[in-house]
Amino acid sequence: MNVETLRKDFPILQQTINGHPLVYLDSAATSQKPIQVLEVLERYYREDNANVHRGVHTLGSRATEAYELAREKVARFIHAPSPEQVIFTRGTTESLNMIAYGYARPRFKPGDEIVLTPSEHHSNLIPWQQVAKVTGATLKYIPLQPDGSIRLEDAEQLITSATKLVAVAQVSNVMATIHPIKELARLAHRVGAVLVVDGAQSVPHMPTDVQDLDCDFLAFSGHKMCGPTGIGVLYGKASLLAAMEPVYFGGEMIEVVELYDATWKESPWKFEGGTPIIAGAIGLGAAVDYLESIGLEEIRKHDEQLAQYTVSRLLEVEELTVYGPGLGVERGGLVTFNLGDIHPHDVSTVLDAEGVAIRAGHHCAQPLMKWLGVGSTARASFYLYNTEADVDVLIHALQSAKEFFQHAIR
Amino acid sequence: MQLDDLYRQVIMDHYQHPRNQGVLAVDALQVDLRNPSCGDEITLQLLVEDGIVKDVRFRGAGCSISMASASMMTEAVKGKSVAAAMQIAGEFHAMLRGESTEDEENDLGDLESLHGVSKFPARIKCAALAWDALEKAVRPRSADSPN
Repeated sequence: MNVETLRKDFPILQQTINGHPLVYLDSAATSQKPIQVLEVLERYYREDNANVHRGVHTLGSRATEAYELAREKVARFIHAPSPEQVIFTRGTTESLNMIAYGYARPRFKPGDEIVLTPSEHHSNLIPWQQVAKVTGATLKYIPLQPDGSIRLEDAEQLITSATKLVAVAQVSNVMATIHPIKELARLAHRVGAVLVVDGAQSVPHMPTDVQDLDCDFLAFSGHKMCGPTGIGVLYGKASLLAAMEPVYFGGEMIEVVELYDATWKESPWKFEGGTPIIAGAIGLGAAVDYLESIGLEEIRKHDEQLAQYTVSRLLEVEELTVYGPGLGVERGGLVTFNLGDIHPHDVSTVLDAEGVAIRAGHHCAQPLMKWLGVGSTARASFYLYNTEADVDVLIHALQSAKEFFQHAIR
Repeated sequence: MQLDDLYRQVIMDHYQHPRNQGVLAVDALQVDLRNPSCGDEITLQLLVEDGIVKDVRFRGAGCSISMASASMMTEAVKGKSVAAAMQIAGEFHAMLRGESTEDEENDLGDLESLHGVSKFPARIKCAALAWDALEKAVRPRSADSPN
């Protein structure tokens, strides 16, 4: 994997910000898009644009074919048994809400339990809070270890015959912890519960095999994996999707409509009411092609190396706190930190003045911030186009931030 | 973009040595406000008697801009009538929107040091937090008050 060559695929990276070359370290929020994806999107709109699954004209057939081909690509990408188990959504949040509305709400009742971790992104937390409020089910939390990991013995104790659903992010968007999905699937299935995996931070960065993981549902977003915004995926086991209720009703998802009743298509189409996200799906298919041309194993290795390098360099900075797994311990491609008592917003503004884009805030994980005992944190996150040189610029900019505030304050 | 435009000495002074920080011992109007996009929070207390802001205190957690702005706001409105305080708030918001310059006749005092925030769009919400709390405190039932 030659990063210098890859970087040429990302025109956005070839610009200066505030007089400095852009160093983009916010891919956990959204990734940049290669020309290979941009060109497919443009070609679709220029040459093939039509609505799908209706009409018999040539463009309609082309658009339908391209849309369904994207579904096949995504299915292969995550090793789904069939493309019919890949539902196109707006993103991870919508995918998780679809499970909450279509699967959990009609089934759960008082006494049922939903098991989560306190480090979940709001999108894998609030839908379950709402399910609990509506159904009377109870939320249980697997406690976090200081590095953000969970202990399987804790999980085993909490996942009981009352448990109906376990929902966990494969990679924490703040702590970078990689959770043991296969083991959690085993614990959930032992008691007849389903395992929901938030793959927003994992699917873009590592090989995904839903059959090997044995998860029941997997949700992820296209825009974090070189695809366009507004497209995401919900994968589910076939029997669960067959039993699950649609969430959106209207055109496209129906079989027979009468004045007082209607029937639905099979999965995945029954979940895709209305004109689907055609261009987005096709763009995601192109992103999958792009990532596969590089290799997910390679990307995983690259991200891990960069994250480890970053941790080692950050530890050199005085008064800097690094959260999550320690140096040398496996982690996702991101590092969360705080620079002394300088507020992450202030850090981020100084970094931006040097062309460095990082995330500052609560990362949609307020309960986790509370657990960490901070209001907010700074986060640098990586993808295939980042280099050690980017990290060096980050470290230098952090030193400048420190000096700047020491100077400004004294 | 010049960082010194944003982080003026007087801002850092208010950040380091916040004025009117703490809790009022008496019953007062109280507003808790958060900036949901970043987690910054403020609790603002106002003691209003006969339409005059007799005393004001704040507590909070946030970046230098939000906390310095809160400190300056308390200084600016203490002893003023509610109407005058609202007028200052309006002028301050206009400054953040870049609609006024430092040369204009209205003297905002220390607050003018926050003029540079208008050039940092991502930070305007930081500077506005305390002022949003102020407006919410004196207009508690206004449906369109920022939240």
